[in-house]
Amino acid sequence: MTLNTLRAVLFLVFSLAIANPGFAVQENDSEDNGFNAKEMIMHHVKDAHEFHIVEWNNKPISIPLPIILYTDNGLVTFMSSEFHHDDSGTQIVEKNGDRFVKYHEKIYQLNAGVDTLTFDEEDHPTNAVLPLDFSITRNVFMMWVTMLLLFIIFITSARKYKKANKFVPSGIASFMEPLVIFIRDEVAIPMIGENKYRKFMPFLLSVFFFIWINNIFGLIPVLNGANVSGNIAFTLSLALFTFFITMFSGNKNYWKHIFWMPGVPVPMKIFLAPIEIIGMFVKPFSLTIRLFANITAGHIIILSLMSLIFIFKSVFIAPVSVGFSLFILIIEIVVTAIQAYIFTVLSALYIGSATAEEDNH
Amino acid sequence: MDLITPGLGLVFWSIITFLFLLIVLKKFAWKPILGAIDERENGIKNALEAADKARLEMENLKADNERILNEARAEREAMLKDAREIKNKMVSDAKEEAQEQATKMITQAQEAIENEKRSAMAELKNHVASLSIEIAEKVVREELSNKGRQLELVESMLGDAKLN
Repeated sequence: MTLNTLRAVLFLVFSLAIANPGFAVQENDSEDNGFNAKEMIMHHVKDAHEFHIVEWNNKPISIPLPIILYTDNGLVTFMSSEFHHDDSGTQIVEKNGDRFVKYHEKIYQLNAGVDTLTFDEEDHPTNAVLPLDFSITRNVFMMWVTMLLLFIIFITSARKYKKANKFVPSGIASFMEPLVIFIRDEVAIPMIGENKYRKFMPFLLSVFFFIWINNIFGLIPVLNGANVSGNIAFTLSLALFTFFITMFSGNKNYWKHIFWMPGVPVPMKIFLAPIEIIGMFVKPFSLTIRLFANITAGHIIILSLMSLIFIFKSVFIAPVSVGFSLFILIIEIVVTAIQAYIFTVLSALYIGSATAEEDNH
Repeated sequence: MDLITPGLGLVFWSIITFLFLLIVLKKFAWKPILGAIDERENGIKNALEAADKARLEMENLKADNERILNEARAEREAMLKDAREIKNKMVSDAKEEAQEQATKMITQAQEAIENEKRSAMAELKNHVASLSIEIAEKVVREELSNKGRQLELVESMLGDAKLN
């Protein structure tokens, strides 16, 4: 699945590059002259400082989001609307004597006396610095929407369990309970074990539903830009949780298996230790990449198929594009749940291997 | 490429958000939900166990009842048998006693008859003897007075005398 999706993405990206070899240099062209598929796709897949909803009469309709920067002079905050939807580094915002521009969704702090950004060959700015950017971006915003939704769903669910009803759920709780029980019976108990799974249930449930809802939000067309679970920073953060939980719940047996593998000859022990140590870090890395790549790939495929209409400048390609992206979209709906499930299962597996007793490995 | 470079800001917010989500959901959602599910499952398990136990008890009770019934039946059987035996014994005892009594009575009666007979015979003998003597006396006395008369007398006397 993963491999196939990635292959499809690569194929599409390359075929797009061949179909329109000039697009890389057209980046700043006006919309009438040409359509830049790569820019459009990247714009949708990557994070942004404002919540862009739709283009109406050549004017973007968007929700401004707060920008929080940590510069040498301390915190600087302002709304993203002050850039007036500019993403080419021409609109300068002046705050506390510092001047900022936004270029390709990155905010640069211009050096004194400079009005335009210049870059060296490796795309590093020569006359500006990148302040630490803690802005409430589109992804952060969507993350919070997801969080609120989860609060509403599960706190409501929790209230539906009443002792008077013998804890039989009603309403939304009866819909969520099978999922909760699924995580418990099919993920936590088999992977971690009957005795220890309880401690990790909150993490596994939270991570599963957080990823899943974020994945689903990523598929809703109007919110399509909010590709939270397809952002590597997000997946990395969740993988870090798994990593640290694994580290801190690892027992003596786990560390022994990493540094001094029991039951093998000494040269083998020495040989295995580095591999096991690398494995320790590869596990969360694989979690990060898997979720990021799958979700981003899905988005890129759908957007690429849609781009075909504009690349071929023909309305007759539309049924093909729509048909294919509908097909991919349906697959992606399944993928949302599968990827959330895989992330949870693997997290449980890693935690389970760290807490396993001597006899059952 | 930007796409695969994690942004510090988003990592920061992701961690904060997820941590907050985890803490809030743990306290207000997962704990009550999992607790309720656990409690319910335990309730069901206990109910099933109780039902099993009740069934087992019922079976035991049934077996007990059966046993008690069997015992009662056996006891009744034994009592009936005893009663029959006692009855038979009583009947046979009574029969024996009656037989004995009867035998005894018959023997006594026979003895009494024998005695009566013997005493009657003795009395008859005495009577005959005294009668003989009386006759002889009278005969002798007549003989002494008138010969003819004497004979007549003897004859009349004999005619009167009846052997009783």
